[in-house]
Amino acid sequence: MTTAPSDAAAATAGEPARFPLVLGLDTFGDVTHDSGDRPLSHAQTIRNVVEQGVLADQVGADFFGIGEHHTDDFPMPAADVVLGAIAARTTRIRVGSAVTVLSSDDPVRVFQRYSTLNAISGGRAEVILGRGSSIDSFPLFGYDLADYEDLFEEKTNLFAELLKGGPVTWQGKTRASLHDQDVVPHTESGPFPAWIGVGGSPQSVIRAAHYGFSLMLAIIGGSPARFAPFSQLFQQALERFGRAPLPVGVHSPGHVAVTDERARDEFWPRYLEVIRAVSKTRGFAIPTKESFLREVGPHGALYVGSPETVAQKIAANLTVLGANRFDLKYGMGGLAHHALMTNIELYGTQVIPRVRELLA
Amino acid sequence: MTAAAPSSARLPRIAVLGVGHSGPVIARVAMAAGYPVSIAASGDPENIELIAQVLAPGAEPRWAADAAREAGIVVLAIPLHKFATLDPALVAGKLVVDAMNYWPAVDGVQELFEDRRRGSSEIVQRRLARSTIVKTLNQIGYHDLEDERRPAGSPDRRALGVASDDPGAADVVAELIDRIGYDAVRLDSLSAGRLLEPGGPVFGVALRRAEFELAVRAEAA
Repeated sequence: MTTAPSDAAAATAGEPARFPLVLGLDTFGDVTHDSGDRPLSHAQTIRNVVEQGVLADQVGADFFGIGEHHTDDFPMPAADVVLGAIAARTTRIRVGSAVTVLSSDDPVRVFQRYSTLNAISGGRAEVILGRGSSIDSFPLFGYDLADYEDLFEEKTNLFAELLKGGPVTWQGKTRASLHDQDVVPHTESGPFPAWIGVGGSPQSVIRAAHYGFSLMLAIIGGSPARFAPFSQLFQQALERFGRAPLPVGVHSPGHVAVTDERARDEFWPRYLEVIRAVSKTRGFAIPTKESFLREVGPHGALYVGSPETVAQKIAANLTVLGANRFDLKYGMGGLAHHALMTNIELYGTQVIPRVRELLA
Repeated sequence: MTAAAPSSARLPRIAVLGVGHSGPVIARVAMAAGYPVSIAASGDPENIELIAQVLAPGAEPRWAADAAREAGIVVLAIPLHKFATLDPALVAGKLVVDAMNYWPAVDGVQELFEDRRRGSSEIVQRRLARSTIVKTLNQIGYHDLEDERRPAGSPDRRALGVASDDPGAADVVAELIDRIGYDAVRLDSLSAGRLLEPGGPVFGVALRRAEFELAVRAEAA
């Protein structure tokens, strides 16, 4: 049987990156455990995330992102506050959401919060808009998941208007209209970078291109090469909308330790536990050691291993996907804070230089 | 183009309704199996032209009504919460493959599908009373559907369930599943098709025919 479509896409998606290489880190504020394997408090988890962000800056990561979540095991509903704390203690690293669940938020507030973060950080703020894989914000804020697409479409439209700066006039169904409204704080030097996180919906790719937002591919299972056609679709859609090419990024989970074996041994039991819980609510099969090793291997979505293993995999997939940015979603519920700090340190001091070398 | 090509002239046209996560993938694997394919969203085909061109080259973008009218098999690959907006007249008299899932944990609760005595495809059948529903393609990840195809007889060929109240319709769809690259395991009613739903014994699990049959038999017993 033929696999022509993906082959053709891979061939053209593999052009040399037109944008600077960006290598970042993402967290969902996964609750970490102490040395006795007891969960730390939400408060301590949040303070640890601040320390992780500061370390990410020190070891040379380009970006630190926090994904909005609203659950007991991911107590991270106010990512922008945590990013503000990190911004105040760093000077170099870019800080942003990964993702902001725009559909259940108010675009005006999102703009205000990230524009404030942009002020605090001296222009280092970014925002990635999307749904994420959690749905908890919808009932929490009184939204119906069935309205997801309409909410996202309309709110993305308003957010794009707000980003342009200057007074906004806007009318829609999901919030009060705005008439020549000045929304503060103003940005110092034009719009901060905005991305749309996409998990597999072609319409979301088209939407990102339509608004001129960059594309962040969330690849959390299966072969990353499957997403190459999305990268191609994005660039072609930009062209059709008369826009210049824009960056494409990849967000994937992983764990870096000194050796492959150590990384797998630390990550696997935590991964199993977390995915087992997700499987239960979603009716999926529970992962097996075999399926885990497939995901860790060259054709899977997990970046678990030594710095060399992870760097090779990042470099290979950025090339296949025609992407210039990779954000490693580090951490997994139950891992210890010190294991995450080691992960961040190895990522910054070894993985990043090695990926740069491989792609030079 | 494929092993199926010599006899493909008599294969029915497939209309894939939906250009979300799964629609383009279903279109691709059906074309690779030798079927002519049209693809449609809820609106103007112009809006999905680029998606079809890049993600399912060869599939013809059409208005949903035109695609359905010209097709021998209509595949419903829309999000289930959009199902209520589908006009039943559009697919009246048609063989309809229901590739959708009711997934409240992911997509939210929908009253229409909260009737726990019936499977989601039984509820789809009741609303599309003049169509013949076959449940399949719902139980495999949309990416896996492309990667895990194997020629007939391969030792690691995966099985997919095909459930319908209409044996003739099930035959047609079982052939499609086989040509795509999977063993088709027949379940003799839409009611039995509940075994293929999220949380069921075969949902998202890679099983060969014998394992698949064992899993559904164990659950049905």
